[in-house]
Amino acid sequence: MSKHPTIAEHLKASGVSRRSFLQLCGMLMATAPAGLALTSKSSVLQVAAAIGKTKRPSVIWMHFQDCTGCTETLLRTSAPDVAHLILDVISLDYHETLMAASGAQAEAALRQAVADNAGKFVLVVEGSIPTKNNGIYYEMGGRPGVDVLREVAAQAAAVIAIGSCASWGGVPSADPNPTGAMGVSSVISGKPIITLPGCPPNPYNLLAVVLEYVTMGKLPAMDDYGRPKFAYERVIHENCPRRAHFDAGRFAAAFGDEGHRNGWCLYKLGCKGPVTHAACSTRHFNEIPGVWPIGLGIPCVGCTEKSVVWRMRTAETVPIHLATPPDTYPPIYSANGKIQTGAVALLGAVAGAVGGSAWVASSRFRSSQEAGMERIGADRALAEKMKGQTDTQADKKADRKED
Amino acid sequence: MAITRRELFTTVGKASVPAAIALTVGTKTMAAEEIPMPNAAVGLLYDASICIGCKACVAACAEANDTPSDTRTDALHQAPSDLNDLTRNIIKLYKPEDGSATSFVKRQCMQCLDPACAAGCPFQALHKDPDTGIVTWTADKCIGCRYCTITCPYHIPRFQWQGYNPRVTKCELCSDRLDKGLKPGCTTVCPTGAVIYGPRTVLLSEAKKRIKTNPGRYYQNRVYGETDNGGTQALYLSRVPFEKLGLPELGPESVPARTLRWQRRLYQYFALPALLYAGLVQVIRKSLKGHEHEAHEREKETGLRAQL
Repeated sequence: MSKHPTIAEHLKASGVSRRSFLQLCGMLMATAPAGLALTSKSSVLQVAAAIGKTKRPSVIWMHFQDCTGCTETLLRTSAPDVAHLILDVISLDYHETLMAASGAQAEAALRQAVADNAGKFVLVVEGSIPTKNNGIYYEMGGRPGVDVLREVAAQAAAVIAIGSCASWGGVPSADPNPTGAMGVSSVISGKPIITLPGCPPNPYNLLAVVLEYVTMGKLPAMDDYGRPKFAYERVIHENCPRRAHFDAGRFAAAFGDEGHRNGWCLYKLGCKGPVTHAACSTRHFNEIPGVWPIGLGIPCVGCTEKSVVWRMRTAETVPIHLATPPDTYPPIYSANGKIQTGAVALLGAVAGAVGGSAWVASSRFRSSQEAGMERIGADRALAEKMKGQTDTQADKKADRKED
Repeated sequence: MAITRRELFTTVGKASVPAAIALTVGTKTMAAEEIPMPNAAVGLLYDASICIGCKACVAACAEANDTPSDTRTDALHQAPSDLNDLTRNIIKLYKPEDGSATSFVKRQCMQCLDPACAAGCPFQALHKDPDTGIVTWTADKCIGCRYCTITCPYHIPRFQWQGYNPRVTKCELCSDRLDKGLKPGCTTVCPTGAVIYGPRTVLLSEAKKRIKTNPGRYYQNRVYGETDNGGTQALYLSRVPFEKLGLPELGPESVPARTLRWQRRLYQYFALPALLYAGLVQVIRKSLKGHEHEAHEREKETGLRAQL
């Protein structure tokens, strides 16, 4: 057997039956997220053919400023369980939590694993990397962790940053960030890096990425933040089991109130689901249906989003991007408004003013007509008078002549 | 001297005879014009009887048109109460008080064969494509008079009241998507096929096939839009009366054709304007004559010249 056996060779040598191998392949096919190399195969036999030919990928797992929660979540997968995973599918050559060695022995194991698989291994980084004061806040064998990481990463084929801490800094990078905690992509460059944020992330996302990388030879499609699209393309809100309550406007207003106990939407309690890109709402944790924050009645904190978790207040509500219709309908004809007393009074006042002024104007018009008639009368009187005068003058003239 | 009641009635009576003749002749000669059918008329067929009211088309419409969701109602949902400047497509619910059959209805532009909005537009900002028959709005030509929002018998074009450079919004059948070989947004997501896209002839025969295979299922066993308002490119099938869904009975003559018929009748041989002019001249002449007579009388009585 060669030093880097294929999975099929390795399992044969370990005495695993073909039947058990096919069962494992079926599990992998079922659990790997859709759209990847494994799920695009049409049968378990095809998966077995692809996996069997694959060389067991060497994985080196390094811890930095972390809580080991990401490792804990990986240990709690059951289909396939971690034993299957690390003994049959991948070759976990260095993992500080799972290995028995310590001290100088552990240091030597790391050096050995890197040397044996130089340029071929997948480096998984858990935890944020302190960079302030030359990285003295985290040391490995007396050396700053950041230096060790750069050295190991230089030999890696690809780097997987697991968890929010390794992705951008996570909780250690929250204000005031005393250790200068950073994510992997801020520390190393020139290597393909994929980030799997989450606190913790779903372990199946890691499994799917590793298997995709070893069967296809490349990392899956990623978004702008280096997150694999198969798991982080959609927001939790889109597939949330409580979405119907959101659409119907049924919200829990306080923890423990009737709405909360009835499983209504947690949006008004500060759920960050509408802005959080993750597959939590479709792939729950530990293969137990309903085991994920919202399923347990706890609002999403947005742990996969750098701009949300440890940046926004827990009870703060988020804006809804791409709002969709509710489950109510407008009527065929928009409802007419009610007639208000004030409006009627105002309208009456206006009508009264217009009517009144019209009446006044018309009465003036009438009187001006009368005035015209009066003027005609005056004209006539004047004419009579002038006629009289003319006659008198004519009489006087006649009198004078007679004189 | 003023016109007496008697004189007025006589004049009107005299004028009405030639006017009636002109109108009768006009009605006979001015038959409704044939509305040209676009060469490649495309449209929608919406079957209200299979719509489940999921509103996927409402969300898809906003997405296809790159329009922000109208969240002005509650800031959480895309919940417009009617078509508006952000809503080209809406699902409404007809729910009678007496508890009889309910129905959803999808409202969007009907793409009339003879569009009243385009007829009412003074600057051809609304234009019917001669090939596809899609009625589109051009921002550069619009003066914001909002005639289109009033002339449309379906009340479809909506004005952007809040805008500083307001737009007129209406469904344009995703014409930019059609150019790219895609279908209108609403038809790509419908889970029951209640709204489908295609050439108008195909849609019409499909609608008639549905009526034939399900006799009695559809209201009046007819397709709304086949002839209504001169024919539309969006066709409707429904279980409940079309008027209940906000689709008025407009008859086979289109709104612009009706107005045009009346306008032409009024101006035929220039008869009515000429009559009106002649009548006016007569009235003025009589009035002047009376006035002159009155002034003359006054002058005779008073010996003073009338001051006009």
